[in-house]
Amino acid sequence: MDSNGVAETPADIRREIASLEKVKAEIDHRISALRVRLTSYGSVNGNEVANSSAPRPEQTLLSGQLSPDMIYRYSRHLLLPSFGVEAQANLLKCSVLVIGAGGLGSPALLYLAACGIGCVGIVDHDVVELNNLHRQIIHTEAYIGRSKVESAAAACRAINSSVQIVEHREAFRTSNALEIVRKYDIVVDATDNVPSRYMISDCCVVLGKPLISGAALGLEGQLTVYNYKGGPCYRCLFPTPPPTTACQRCADSGVLGVVPGVIGCLQALEAIKVAGAVGEPLSGRMLLLDALSARIRVVKIRGRSPQCEACGENAKLTEEQFCNFDYEKFTQSPLSTSPLKLHLLPSEARITSKEYNERNLKGEAHVLVDVRPSHHYKIISLPKSMNIPLASLEARLSEVSAALAREEGHKKDDDNQSASLYVICRRGNDSQRAVQYLHKMGFASAKDIIGGLESWAHDVDPSFPTY
Amino acid sequence: MQLTLEFGGGLELLCDSVKIHNVNVEPQAEGKKLTMKHLLSWVRTNLIKERPEMFMKGDTVRPGVLVLVNDCDWELSGQLETVLEEKDAVVFISTLHGG
Repeated sequence: MDSNGVAETPADIRREIASLEKVKAEIDHRISALRVRLTSYGSVNGNEVANSSAPRPEQTLLSGQLSPDMIYRYSRHLLLPSFGVEAQANLLKCSVLVIGAGGLGSPALLYLAACGIGCVGIVDHDVVELNNLHRQIIHTEAYIGRSKVESAAAACRAINSSVQIVEHREAFRTSNALEIVRKYDIVVDATDNVPSRYMISDCCVVLGKPLISGAALGLEGQLTVYNYKGGPCYRCLFPTPPPTTACQRCADSGVLGVVPGVIGCLQALEAIKVAGAVGEPLSGRMLLLDALSARIRVVKIRGRSPQCEACGENAKLTEEQFCNFDYEKFTQSPLSTSPLKLHLLPSEARITSKEYNERNLKGEAHVLVDVRPSHHYKIISLPKSMNIPLASLEARLSEVSAALAREEGHKKDDDNQSASLYVICRRGNDSQRAVQYLHKMGFASAKDIIGGLESWAHDVDPSFPTY
Repeated sequence: MQLTLEFGGGLELLCDSVKIHNVNVEPQAEGKKLTMKHLLSWVRTNLIKERPEMFMKGDTVRPGVLVLVNDCDWELSGQLETVLEEKDAVVFISTLHGG
C-alpha cells in the first residue's frame, strides 16, 4: 500500500525498480565515459583541463592497447607495477573455460569476468536449487529452477558487459569436450566428481591447455595447476583412481560454503596469473587449506611422470583415444552426481513409505529404526523412530531386541502377529544394508522403507523437510 | 624417534577424527634407519582404528592418498624407501573431488 492509497502489487514495485535501474545504469555509463574523457585531458594538457575552448586531442590509445573505458575500469590493475598494461592486455586477449558453475565456479567466474578475461565460457547441465545458494554465490533466489549457466552468465554480464560470456548448457562429456575446450586458452576444473577430473585433465593434455584444478569438501580445500609448461597432469599424480568408497560428495558429507569460495577465488587468481603471464603459477606444488584450524600449506609435488599414461614419454594420448575412453568405467563412478540407488533386498523385505504410513495409522505394533548418522537424525526425524547409526548397529542389536519386546508387551491380546521391524535412512541405501545385516542376525521380519525419508517427504508428508 | 603425523582430506576419520599425532616410532631393528615402509605398518597397527583398506592397499597407501614428508611429495624422496629423521613431519592426505 503506498501513500496515495492506491493498491500496489509486488509486480508494480519490481517494474519500477527495473525501470529505475535501467536509468541508473545509463547515468553510470555516461559518468564513467565523462571521467575517462576528463582524465585524458588532464594527462595530455595538464592545466588546461577546464579550458573548454581548447581543441580536443585525437582519441589516441596512449598505451597502444587499451581503450579509455578499459583504462578507467582496470586502472587499479594498471597501477600495479608487477602487473600493469601488459598483463591486463594479456587478460583481455585470453579466453578461459570454467567447467562447473557451483561452489568453486561461482567466485571463480565472478572474478574472471570482473578482471576482464576477454572471453569466459561456462559449462554446466544443472539447475539452481535452494540448497546450492549457501555456497554457490553467483546464483540468486530468482534463478531457482533455472539453468546454472544462464544464471551465472547473467551475473557475469551484469558485472562486466565488455567481456564475452559463452554459455555451454550441457553436460561435459568425451563427445563434446574436445570441441568445447579447443576454443579456450585456459581451463578451470570446478567440477565435483572423480571421472570428470580425469576426463578434464586428459582433455587438457590432448589439447595442450593449462588446467587450474580446485576441490573442496567439508572444511578442507585443495588447489593446483596441471599441465602447465611441462608440469605434471592429474594422472601423473593419481595414475590409479581411488576406491569409490573414498569419494565423498558435498551432498552427502556436507561442505562449509566459504571453503569452496576460498578455493574458487584462488582458482581465479591462478588463472589470472597464467593468462596475464605474471608470477609463479602453482604448478608442481599443491595448496592445502584446512579451514577449521586456519592452516594453509603449500607442498611440493612430483613433476611430470615419464610413465604417465596421458602425458608420459611413451604414451601420448590421442584425440581418438580420448573420445573412446570410458571414464565412468575407469573410476567406477558416474559422471553425473545423482545419488546411488542400491537394490540389495527382495521386494518382500521392503515396503513403501505410503504403506508404512498406513500400517502406522492402523496402530500396528512396530519398531522403526533410523540408521542415519546421529547428526543427520538431529536435523529431522520421524516421531517414534529410534536412532541407531548403521556403523553402530552391530554393537547395539540388543536395543533393537529390547524395543521389539516392549512393543510386543503393548499390543492387543487378540493380535497374533509379532511386532514388526522397519528400517529407514535418508534415501534408502543404508536401510537396505542394515536390513541385510538384521536378516543375518536373526531378525527375519526386518523390512526397509523404500526411498527413505526422501520418499516420505515426496509421497506421504510434503511438509517434511528434505536436505 | 619423534615424528609429527598429520591426516587430512577425510583420512583423520580413520583415527578417531584426530588430525595431528605426535608420536614416537623406533626403527625396526637397532642400528637400522626408520623408513616410510616401516612407518606405514606402524601407523596401520597403532593409529588406524577402522577400515584400514581406506588407508592402505598392499604395503603402500591406497590410490588417491598423497604422502608428504616435510611438505614434499614422497615420490621425490624415494616413496617407501624414504628415510625418516628426528622431528620429521609426515602428512597423509586424501584427495578431494567435491566442488
